[in-house]
Parts: sequence; C-alpha cells; structure tokens
Amino acid sequence: MNITLNGTQKVFPSAHTLSQLLADLQLPPETIVVELNTLIIQPDCYSETTLSEGDTVEIIRFVGGG
Amino acid sequence: MLLVNEHPVTLPHATKLTIGELAALHKPGADIFIVNGYPVSAETLVKDGDTCTLIRRGEIPTGEELEALLAARHTPGIHSKIKTGCIAILGLGGLGSTVAGAMAKIGIGKMLISDYDRVEPSNLNRQHYFVDQIGMMKTRALKDNLLRMNPSLSLQLIEEQLTESNLALFFRHVDVLIECFDDPAMKAATLRSVLSQMPNVAYVGSSGMAGYGENNSILTRMIRPGIYIVGDETSAAQPGQGLMAPRVGIAAHHQANQALRLLLEADPGRISGQ
Repeated sequence: MNITLNGTQKVFPSAHTLSQLLADLQLPPETIVVELNTLIIQPDCYSETTLSEGDTVEIIRFVGGG
Repeated sequence: MLLVNEHPVTLPHATKLTIGELAALHKPGADIFIVNGYPVSAETLVKDGDTCTLIRRGEIPTGEELEALLAARHTPGIHSKIKTGCIAILGLGGLGSTVAGAMAKIGIGKMLISDYDRVEPSNLNRQHYFVDQIGMMKTRALKDNLLRMNPSLSLQLIEEQLTESNLALFFRHVDVLIECFDDPAMKAATLRSVLSQMPNVAYVGSSGMAGYGENNSILTRMIRPGIYIVGDETSAAQPGQGLMAPRVGIAAHHQANQALRLLLEADPGRISGQ
C-alpha cells in the first residue's frame, strides 16, 4: 500500500487499516492525532478505518510532560 | 482640557506647560511621565486633548496607573489588542503556571485557567507556586499569585476534570487555547477537539520538554495556520528524564510568545475548515 505519511510517500505492505499502520509505526494509539485525507479520525475508529492506495495520512505524536 | 491620571484638567490659557510643571501641580514628586501612552521627559509640552499619567517611582501604582505603564511599555496599539484578548490555559503545572505568569504580566484581557489538582511538594521544582500553598487547588493558588503580579486581571477558574467531549463546552469562545497538560492522551484529545469542534480557536500545544537537553532543540512548529506545537516532540517525562524548571520554562515561554503572536496577528490564525 502506497501512503503519503506526513508529506512523504511510503510503502506499507501489510497495513490495511489505521490500526495496522499504527502498529507498523510502533505508535501508541492513545497519544496521537490522526488525520486521514484531511478528516480527523477518532481513536475508537482506528481498527475499522480501512486504508486505500494513495491515501494521505497525517500523524501528530505527543509525548508526556507539562 | 486634558486628562491627568484619569481626571479632567483645564489648561490655563495662553501658557505653555511642560509635563514636569503639570506634575508639580497635580502629583508632586512624580518622576515617570506618560503622555498618550508614550513615556516622555519632564520637558515635554502638553496640549489640549492629551492623556497624561504621572507616577511616583517606588510608590504602589493604582490600577489605572499600572494600565498606563503597561500601555507605555507595549505602545498603545499593541496594548489595546492584548487587553481585548481571551486565552485559556489547560493544565497549571510547569508549563501552565509559567505561561499564565507571562500573560498576566503583559496584561492579557481575560484568562481561563483550568486544573482539578492541588499543589504538591513535588511540583515545586518547576511550577510557580510557593511552599505555603501546598494543598491548595492549583487554580486558586495561581489566581492569588497572578493577582499579585497584576491586580486588574480578569480570571475564570475551571476546576472540572476535562475530557475530549467537554473541552469545546468550556473553551470554544476563546481566542487562543494553550495546552499545558502532562498526560499525552489528553494532549492528543485536546488537539482533536480543537481541530474538529473549535474552528475559530487558535491552538498552541506542547510535546517534549523533559530533561536538560539543548536549549535550541525546543521549537515552535506550525502544523497549519492557527495550530502550533512547542517542544522537541521527543523528550518524554520518564524515569531518568524528569521535568525541570529551566527547559520547561523555555517551552512555556515559546507557548506564551506564540499565543501573543496570534493575538497580535503576527502569525496566521485559523482558516475555517482547516
């Protein structure tokens, strides 16, 4: 699957859903904001959100501390 | 006629009067002179229509005098924009208590300060509270401290536990929301809420400021117009890498300055639908 992730085109052979993409990227799902083709995706929808060839995904990751 | 420390004064006819002479009549001993928002020397001539503020150095100024001093520091046009601005600070820890201090000092119009926690001894290595405030609600301790810095502040205290679903309820009308939470899940929830439910609210978030890493690795990044994140985006608070006043302070002041830039329209704000 070809996906544009944060502006860079990348290949994710086994990522068919957002959850799988996040697992591939080793990102903790509760600490990130995901935008798929400019739409904000709620965390409880990650596993049922399917990815398509050419999708644009923006991920903003937060680390703790304040 | 002119205004001297908020009181109307009629100038004697056909006389040229300096602000120093005016001070001798209306506030003997004054040694700081502000005319129409700008600091001036004692020899400056005053004229009808001027607004003059006379201040004695070392004396505790009144609310109006403080206001005039702030305007003189900032220039009047800038100060009037700050004075009409409304910001929210979410989380009153090392970031939030510091951001609040900076915004109080510049005379922000209105500030919503939000936290449901109390001051603990372990907070004092970086948070702007005092030892005798341990056990107080952070909102109330901070309110006391901020009002000592600037008695004319307008503060609203929010002591609920915030969630992704109630954030917009409290904050959808502010100009700039400054996210200062500790918990990364709440940080993410806040950005989601701003992007999807608060289309007119500018956002300054935070991620990565633990430890004592390089100063210049703390950055302010624009995600898109009106949406900014401060920090190195990697240094999490964790065992062996605690939060410490100096670096947390760098990030907090990035946040405060970014909020100010947004209020003054020096940087692009939100674009509807983005």
